[in-house]
Amino acid sequence: MAYEQNLVCFNTFGSDESWTLATYEKHGGYESWRKILAGDLNPGQIIDEVKASGLRGRGGAGFPTGLKWSFMPRDAKVQKYLVCNSDESEPGTCHDREVLRYNPHALVEGMAIAAYAMGATVAYNYIRGEFMDEPVPRFEAAVKEAYDAGLLGHDIQGSGIDFDLHTFVGAGAYICGEETALLESLEGKQGRPRFKPPFPAGFGLYGKPTTINNTQSLASVPSIIRNGAAWFAGLGPEGSGGTALFSVSGHVEKPGNYELPMGIPFKDLLDDICGGMLGGRKLKAVIPGGSSCKVLPAEIIMDCTMDYNSLQQAGSSFGTGAVMVMDETTCMVKVLRRISRFYMAESCGQCTPCREGTGWLYRMLSRIIDGKGEEADLQKLVDVANKIEGHTICALGDAAAWPVQSFLKHFHHEFEYMVRNNGRSIVDNATQVAA
Amino acid sequence: MSDDIVNIEVNGKPVEARKGQMIIEVTDAMGAYVPRFCYHEKLSIAANCRMCLIEVEKAPKPIPACATPVGEGMKIFTKSPKAIAAQKATMEFLLINHPLDCPICDQGGECELQDLAMGYGRDISRYNDQKRVVKDKDIGPLVSTDMTRCIHCTRCVRFGEEISGKPQLGTTGRGEMMEISTYVEQSVDHELSANIIDLCPVGALNNKPYRYSARAWEMVQRPTVSPHDCVGSNLYMHVLRGTVKRVVPRVNEAINETWLADRDRFSYEAIYSDDRLIRPRIKEHGEWRDLDWEDALSAAAEVLGNADAEKVGLIATPALTVEEAHLLAQIADHLGTANIDHRVSRRDVSDQDDDPIYPSLGCRIAEIETQDAILVAGSNIRAEAPIIAHRLRKAALAGAEVNFANSAEYEYYFDVANYVSGAGLVELLAGIAVAAAGRKPLPDLVGAICDGVKANATQKRIAASLKKADSALVLLGNIAGRHLSYTAVRALASCIADLTGATFGSLSEGPNSAGAHLAGVLPNRTQGGENREAQGRDIASMLSDTMDAVVLVNVEPDADIHAITDAVGKLARQKFVVALTPFVSAGLLECADLLLPTGTFAETSGTYVNIEGTWQSFSGVATPVGEARPTWKVLRVIGNLIEAPGFDYVTSEDVRDEFVDQLGEVSTSNAYEGTAEIAKPNGDDTLAQEIDIPLYSVDSVVRRATALQLTDEARRASAKGDVQ
Repeated sequence: MAYEQNLVCFNTFGSDESWTLATYEKHGGYESWRKILAGDLNPGQIIDEVKASGLRGRGGAGFPTGLKWSFMPRDAKVQKYLVCNSDESEPGTCHDREVLRYNPHALVEGMAIAAYAMGATVAYNYIRGEFMDEPVPRFEAAVKEAYDAGLLGHDIQGSGIDFDLHTFVGAGAYICGEETALLESLEGKQGRPRFKPPFPAGFGLYGKPTTINNTQSLASVPSIIRNGAAWFAGLGPEGSGGTALFSVSGHVEKPGNYELPMGIPFKDLLDDICGGMLGGRKLKAVIPGGSSCKVLPAEIIMDCTMDYNSLQQAGSSFGTGAVMVMDETTCMVKVLRRISRFYMAESCGQCTPCREGTGWLYRMLSRIIDGKGEEADLQKLVDVANKIEGHTICALGDAAAWPVQSFLKHFHHEFEYMVRNNGRSIVDNATQVAA
Repeated sequence: MSDDIVNIEVNGKPVEARKGQMIIEVTDAMGAYVPRFCYHEKLSIAANCRMCLIEVEKAPKPIPACATPVGEGMKIFTKSPKAIAAQKATMEFLLINHPLDCPICDQGGECELQDLAMGYGRDISRYNDQKRVVKDKDIGPLVSTDMTRCIHCTRCVRFGEEISGKPQLGTTGRGEMMEISTYVEQSVDHELSANIIDLCPVGALNNKPYRYSARAWEMVQRPTVSPHDCVGSNLYMHVLRGTVKRVVPRVNEAINETWLADRDRFSYEAIYSDDRLIRPRIKEHGEWRDLDWEDALSAAAEVLGNADAEKVGLIATPALTVEEAHLLAQIADHLGTANIDHRVSRRDVSDQDDDPIYPSLGCRIAEIETQDAILVAGSNIRAEAPIIAHRLRKAALAGAEVNFANSAEYEYYFDVANYVSGAGLVELLAGIAVAAAGRKPLPDLVGAICDGVKANATQKRIAASLKKADSALVLLGNIAGRHLSYTAVRALASCIADLTGATFGSLSEGPNSAGAHLAGVLPNRTQGGENREAQGRDIASMLSDTMDAVVLVNVEPDADIHAITDAVGKLARQKFVVALTPFVSAGLLECADLLLPTGTFAETSGTYVNIEGTWQSFSGVATPVGEARPTWKVLRVIGNLIEAPGFDYVTSEDVRDEFVDQLGEVSTSNAYEGTAEIAKPNGDDTLAQEIDIPLYSVDSVVRRATALQLTDEARRASAKGDVQ
């Protein structure tokens, strides 16, 4: 089955210099914003439209975007802020980078609309430090173009609407993608999540009401306003409106970033879009939404559609849409160790279970791979993961725990094999036998 | 009011709580203990240790009691299987990288981690991988570090950020590599810095001088009061077989809260200084020899008995207790002399008859933080009274405008509203007085001083700040008290307070200037502030003459006397000098003729009256060193030997009770009602003429506290050469 691609965030792709204002405007860019500037849409209407579109936060948690916007205090006469989270750091995820590089105006317009809807006159785009080379200059150039075209600034086009947009470049910490850690970092402090409550909508950046949205979520907003909520909602199944950006990596023939309608069957994503498994090998497992999502074995994922409900029912989550595909040659113990190392290295160190537990998980896994594991370690791994999950200030603890729980649930035999065979992987054994 | 109350249930028991209160405050108040490490009632909430996780009905996850506000109808379970499981999980994580070296840790036996591990830890660790080792930091001579023991609760970090205001400790690194450190290597040296020892729930930050010298359970904890400033911080001395091993704060919210200045915590080292005088000594033909107490006391009594009453002088420091002051005043009475004084640092006594009955803050110590505006004049307040400086900081944080008028610039770790400096104190205050008067005429008293003075912008702002405040305080410090024109300084400060509607108060030297005033250790007044019929001589007058006998009580003439210059030389010219002293010093050896060893504050019982007028009695906590005796006992025996009437006290309480009975009601008024117009100070009013005593030089005890003398602060002061 053929799927229409690049409908929303990637809509300028394929044009020459897709990142320029001229190209963007040719694709209907800033129509929505100009409508607002002309006074044709009020904030309440915009929020209702976004709610009706079924847009959910694409940063991983999938919280309904319109609902989040409605949490901002309406009448408070204080400075309010909008912050875009472009600290894209979930392993496997690299599509926000493409928005910044090839369609930055979608984000600029989306931020302008969101800010207007929530009464924020200042917005920051927090971009991860590793994006210094191309995405940051592209985005900044787009902001400048928009200012020069009189689309941003003070009393824009006589509308009485103020909106200023600034770029902030992070220093490369995964934890700064957590929204309150991001705010701390933006304030110039160490990137450490805040305890919630209070939530950012009440006490955010500099203690002022703040909403933080993901890049893709915000870049989807102009299309929603332009084409209507019904159009957007209709692109995907019930509960998962619109399109999603999939970063497909791993053992497929054509890895890459694809914008596709929500709800595409995994089978189609793999075979029709990505050209099937690399070298025609057999699929073993898929992490469907970035490394913190629970892994799904082939037999489960092959029956899933790529949307919030289906993946949740399958025992995982949509996450960031970073699909990591692993074939039969993959050692699941080694994959898990690599993932655990990441969470150990990226734990901020503030709260006990994550600071101490992530290292413990990593060292147990390393010991197993070094051939010094014991069978009791397998239960201990799950037990430690359970003790981290739900006990920490932010979700990094959960993100460290879920892979461990799911790998041991679905691939227990691989861990058991390695422990019983002094560190030999079940995969090595298979290839030897085959040879 | 009912809007502010929510009804909740804790472990099945209905409780009313204030809206917005954190769960842990409610459970603490009702005695349902929830284990915790990072939570401390004086610090902000961090919620990072995760030890206080509890179960709340309908909450999907265990939640931290320290950071969750109560809500109507909340059902809280602190000991449910879910809560206990979460707490045990945290404990396991805390212990995996903790060295568990309790047997060699000074915190052992009084460690929060150790205590809670008894209840929430496993008997055997499941962790069999490599443990973390963290390099220890050198953060100065007061606080030892064993950073491998750290559980990262960040109480010490928050103390610097929130309490002292000097954030020297912070966290570096992420995850397991997170460490508490000073970023760049430096000592942690705020005057309250060592409170991090008490805050640290484990043995990571500990008392450096005390290191490995005793175990918590073998010491006896005895309450006493600090003698190093006019606050009288409450403390406990931990005593092992009569020897003081360390000092910790004793909570008194009205005075020092839970804090203790480093000076009060580490001064005890001086009790065991090599300088201690351990038996009486007498100088004969220029040679010193030891003698026994009986002979020594007879010698003292004989000299006093034979002296011409007009030619006897009694000089004490404000470190003497109420009891000692009462005895000393009676000895003077019996000898028929009024030559008695304790104002060793006051250079201008010209209007002493206008002094208040005793020096006073004008308000309670705790009331400082509720002022709207404060003017501190002539004070290095962080050195003079660290606890008062802390209250000032709290006032500033609560929104008060804290202003300073000091000739010198001092650093404060809060937003100072206005600071005038760069001129003499009289000049600075005159400008503020002029601004405060505005178009109204100034009182005649200060007319001459303010003649022709124009207020600058800062002085005007200070006057305005005091005027617009509902509750304001003008506070004179000890630099002012030592000013060559104290008369002018005080008249101006009092006039500023009157003109702006502020309360007028002052600090005083030593722990018991108030008590010495009340007992009449003054040449112009007797007990209770009654004017003497015949005035005696103040220190300057006594020592410019040649007296038959001078008695020094706890005075180190080379360092304690600022009222005159060359005190040692002048004392050496007196016919006979008896010194009651805990320490020997070069100055005393030069000028004294008889040395009687007395106890330090730890070795005597007594009473101090602090700057807010609180009487605080304490018992002796340590065995006296050598043959030292409490000063009050020595004075009592001297009284017996010279046949002073009524000297049959058995305990220091007898002395105090008699004094209290005699004293009756005393006016606490600070109102200054000088009469004569005060002349402009002539050349006296300069920074160079002022005396600022460094933090760790205030008295003979502090000057001999080894660790304190190794601090950056002490070294900088001695390098500057301003140790008097």
